[in-house]
Amino acid sequence: MTGAPPRSPRAGSSRERIFEMVRKEFRQVFRDPRMWRLIFVAPIFQLLIFGYAVSTDVRDVATFVVDHDRSAASREVVEKLTASGYFRVSGRSGRSADLVDALLHGRAVLGVEIPAGFDRDLRARADARVQLLLDGTNSNQALVARGYAERILQAHGLRLARGGLAGGGAAAGPAGGQAAVDLRERAWFNPELRSRNYNVPGVVGLLIMLVSLLLTSLAVVREREIGTLEQLMVSPLRPLELIAGKTIPFALVGLVDLAIVTAVAVFWFHIPFRGSLPLLVLASALYLLSGLGMGLLVSTLAATQQEAFLTTFLIFMPAILLSGFMFPVSSMPEVFQWLTLVNPVRHYLFIVRSLFLKGVGFGAIWPAYLALLVIGGAVLAFAAARFHKTVE
Amino acid sequence: MAWLSRTRLLAVARKEVLQLRRDRRSLILAFVMPLVLLVLYSYAISWDVRHIATAVVDQDRSAKSRELLDAFRGSGYFRLDRHLDRVADAEPLIDAGRVQLVLVIPPDFSRRLGSGRPAEVQALVDGSDANTATIVVGYTQAVVQDFSARVLLRGATARLPLAADTRVWFNEELVSRNMIVPGLVAVIMMIIAAMLTSLTIAREWERGTMEQLAATPVSRLEVVLGKLLPYLGIGLVDVVVISVAGVLIFHVPFRGDPLLFLVLSTAYLIGVLGLGLFISAVTRSQLLATQLGMIFTFLPSFLLSGFMFAISAMPPPLRLVTYVVPARYFLVVTRGIFLKGVGVEVLFVQGLLMIAFAALGLALAVRVFRKELA
Repeated sequence: MTGAPPRSPRAGSSRERIFEMVRKEFRQVFRDPRMWRLIFVAPIFQLLIFGYAVSTDVRDVATFVVDHDRSAASREVVEKLTASGYFRVSGRSGRSADLVDALLHGRAVLGVEIPAGFDRDLRARADARVQLLLDGTNSNQALVARGYAERILQAHGLRLARGGLAGGGAAAGPAGGQAAVDLRERAWFNPELRSRNYNVPGVVGLLIMLVSLLLTSLAVVREREIGTLEQLMVSPLRPLELIAGKTIPFALVGLVDLAIVTAVAVFWFHIPFRGSLPLLVLASALYLLSGLGMGLLVSTLAATQQEAFLTTFLIFMPAILLSGFMFPVSSMPEVFQWLTLVNPVRHYLFIVRSLFLKGVGFGAIWPAYLALLVIGGAVLAFAAARFHKTVE
Repeated sequence: MAWLSRTRLLAVARKEVLQLRRDRRSLILAFVMPLVLLVLYSYAISWDVRHIATAVVDQDRSAKSRELLDAFRGSGYFRLDRHLDRVADAEPLIDAGRVQLVLVIPPDFSRRLGSGRPAEVQALVDGSDANTATIVVGYTQAVVQDFSARVLLRGATARLPLAADTRVWFNEELVSRNMIVPGLVAVIMMIIAAMLTSLTIAREWERGTMEQLAATPVSRLEVVLGKLLPYLGIGLVDVVVISVAGVLIFHVPFRGDPLLFLVLSTAYLIGVLGLGLFISAVTRSQLLATQLGMIFTFLPSFLLSGFMFAISAMPPPLRLVTYVVPARYFLVVTRGIFLKGVGVEVLFVQGLLMIAFAALGLALAVRVFRKELA
């Protein structure tokens, strides 16, 4: 065209080139219709499974009862245990051997054995005993179940003792009884102590990391495997534009996934969301920096998709395990507690849970935002530098 | 042409091994990953709750209230290092996650105790982490109940008329590591299937080498078995490494028969690998195969097997789903052999299921393969 202003040898503005690249990337990803389902349906599916399966609540513990006494008193003990809702009688027998068998086969987690003469001992105040036998294989469940069972029996004993000492007056709550000290416990943020309220927001963080990390790393490596990365290099794209074009699509996908899983969490699982939505989006954007950065970094390290996938997994698993997702950071050895400070998942989960359950403002959680910004910026810069070098 | 020739089978296996060896990094990861997971699971993380950060609001400041606080200290689970004047002061601490528990002792605590009326103690817990909070509440209740019983029975000569005699079997100290390591064996095998096998056939399709393979005289069964063998080797090495490391380094008990453990592990592994090959052959795309592998092999074995989360706590529909998760049964096998020391007499059903699973995995892989080679 005559009269047109002289243009740089690169066609179009930088923004146009990035835009074209993003468009190409979207087209490439969604050319396979199955990818739609993978990117938008799989997270819902995963959230549903996680939401329902990841539960550390202890209830309906399978309980095997061997009652040698067969008295009103012994039945009352069993009744006290089951009335709590924590225990469910899964079998009864008159022989101790059956109890052992049930534990060995895993048909029961708790065995209750009430010796003959239990009622007599109880009346004579001669130290009546109930045997509790626990399968410790699932240590968490066994620990909590043991606590419940012992407290129920102790409360029952206390009530019987009071009844004897003060002459009646056993009309009180299930655990407290007519105790000298009543404990009034109140759980903040999650009054019913539903573990789902804690875990589902965590899954949101986990899924976004997985999607951004995996899609970014595999997208670049695939181009390298197929040989189209070289074509991109000889195109007028500058390396930074190439990086932007490779990461922006997955950042968008990540944000859309965030919207989907948050909606499922709030409307399907009824997890309270008490904080501010813009703060959640801001945190997610900062968090995505780390995900994309690490994905890019993996893509510079891996030659094949298989390598990329394995490397991603090797980063992802420790990042999740050391994030406080299922295991509290405060229970880790000190070295690992320090290590979690450079883990973006840890900071993001802290933010997400604070926003969902505690509804705190920016003032209480800004350090985590700062941490996400620093970690994400550093990872992305490092990855971009490496990527730059491999492209040159 | 024989249906199954050893020469051809080994040729396919050798080709797969060569390919694996060239991909040195994947191979290293296949061995490193299990060890990393083992260390993290056994050493870094646990559900054990200790050093509960506790803030105390003691409005009574009497000998009795101090006695109660001493009982908390004596239990070894609480760290009472913050003393506050008002409950309101505790709020920002809980918000920031610096305090998990606030104990409030009201001003009339000792007066009520003295006059025989029930005194009241408040426990405010950060409930956001429900599991930790449940354990914290449990410990708090135990301390208060003990204290309460002591106060009640003081003077009276009586002891509690009823006592629980608790014994824990199989994992006597309730160490979470003993629960995790045997389960990890099952999960890691699934990871190998999802990560490695699910890629092998998809990769051949993407690179266009599938036609070459189809042009050779190998039968489908030979291809499937040949592709499976090297991974079976990797998987078994991983199983042995994890078990030995778990027993020697992390002192997880191994009470059963090692041979039975190996046999059933092999059967399970064959089923898992067959499933991986099946996914690979169906998708023909590495990206999709890895994702589907994650969703259909890794996630269920991780979440729905009882590995960390008790199946009894799941809602009924999900509990039904767990019945078709092979890892659920394999977990009974590993925990049974590791911790309970049981043999075939107890694991009879699970053993049969493992063999059925192996057959099913192989059949699926061979079946899908047939269409494509035709």
